[in-house]
Amino acid sequence: MPVPQDRKYLESHEWHQLAGDVVTIGITQIAADELTDITYVKLPAVGAKISANGAFGEIESVKTTSDLYSGVSGTVTAVNSELTTNPGLVNADPFGKGWMIKVKTTDANPLAALLSCDDYLKKTGH
Amino acid sequence: MLKRTPLYEFHVACGAKMVEYAGWEMPILYRGITAEHLQTRASGSLFDVSHMGRIHITGAGAADALEKSLTRNIGQIRVGQSRYSLVCNPSGGVMDDVIVSKHPKHWLVVCNASNREKILKHLTDVRDVGGFDAEISDKTESTAMVAAQGPRVVELIGETLDVDVRSIKRYGFETGTYMLSRFTLFRSGYTGEDGVEIIVSSGTAQNMVKSLSGEMSKPDAPIKPAGLGARDTLRLEAGMPLYGHELGESLDPLTAGLSWAVDLGKDFIGADPLRVIAKNGPAKKLVGLELQGPRIARQGSVVKRESAQVGEITSGTFSPTLQRSIAMAYVDAAHAGEGTELDVDLRGSISKARVVPLPFYKRAK
Repeated sequence: MPVPQDRKYLESHEWHQLAGDVVTIGITQIAADELTDITYVKLPAVGAKISANGAFGEIESVKTTSDLYSGVSGTVTAVNSELTTNPGLVNADPFGKGWMIKVKTTDANPLAALLSCDDYLKKTGH
Repeated sequence: MLKRTPLYEFHVACGAKMVEYAGWEMPILYRGITAEHLQTRASGSLFDVSHMGRIHITGAGAADALEKSLTRNIGQIRVGQSRYSLVCNPSGGVMDDVIVSKHPKHWLVVCNASNREKILKHLTDVRDVGGFDAEISDKTESTAMVAAQGPRVVELIGETLDVDVRSIKRYGFETGTYMLSRFTLFRSGYTGEDGVEIIVSSGTAQNMVKSLSGEMSKPDAPIKPAGLGARDTLRLEAGMPLYGHELGESLDPLTAGLSWAVDLGKDFIGADPLRVIAKNGPAKKLVGLELQGPRIARQGSVVKRESAQVGEITSGTFSPTLQRSIAMAYVDAAHAGEGTELDVDLRGSISKARVVPLPFYKRAK
């Protein structure tokens, strides 16, 4: 299963992509496939403070409900409001149109502690 | 080591995602739970249900042993008929829900995969304690069982199998021959659609399924494979109970709304406590709930009225057919009336819900 090299991961299946001081977060294809048809995504409001390894939202599918975790601390600057009406975007394009939030971070090297693509695949048994 | 059904290779060839279920490696989905659900409602789907237990009972005392074990009046069943029944423990709790069928020379009990060992042992104990002349044999792993469900199934199945399906009544069955192998075709199912369930020998199953499904790989194929995920959302829309959710050893069939399958006029294990419940009226009721908004209630979610707990969710999903969040729950009888407004606590946040009649979905006749 393809996992992009240009971002870093949590073992709980969230990807993090850094551009300047803004980190975009979503979930991987592996997670989306495991959840099956996604029916609801609960995201924080713009301006909310989130902290590394804390839950920032919830995702529901036909099968189950799970928390969404952030690997970075900061302030939410954007949320993907399209997921409100079309949560299936996360199944269809988890690394692209299915992104969830953008977080402005003050950490000097915010993704340092996160997993590389290979380590993520190894840790999750893929 | 997980058990595999005779259709394992078929599932893999169809691109199924396989999961563990009750000790078996089963397809949860092929293309997607929602897509498979809608395919079943619109046209037809094929489900492997070979994991379900198939137990034969023969002998002069077979009917008496079953009469003692089952809540349903066995004496009224004619050859060629099946009936839904419960198996209860001495407290009236549900050990399993089963389909019992009367063949010319034996009885067949189809039970849940997770309860197969328990039910085999229970039937054997009932026989031994009662001294019934009956032989009990487990045919689960020498046979396969497939369900074909959906509005186009009955018309299409006749093209492959030499059986006049239309002439079989709901909960009736007939036998036939396919590639020199005997099969039994039941007009029943667990989806809320018309359709059939077929038991055939393990060796013949794969060929039969291939010819039943025909051009299944085409996008507009009338019958496509569907997994356990869709089976669960379909049965929930149809308001059918699932063991481990709506049914269990500490839950009784009257509270579950299954009094139509309990004949209190006869003697069976669990009858006395059930008569007391029938006399006093169940304290709780199994109800359907429609939730506002897209969130899904899960088994164990607390149901409240004015902040006080009045019930608990047993199953929930986002209904693909109705496009709304639905659930079943046990609710205190005082708050179980149709139209009652309730709250469901979903991980700390409240979703509004309303009691609605079951089933959520009923097919057009």
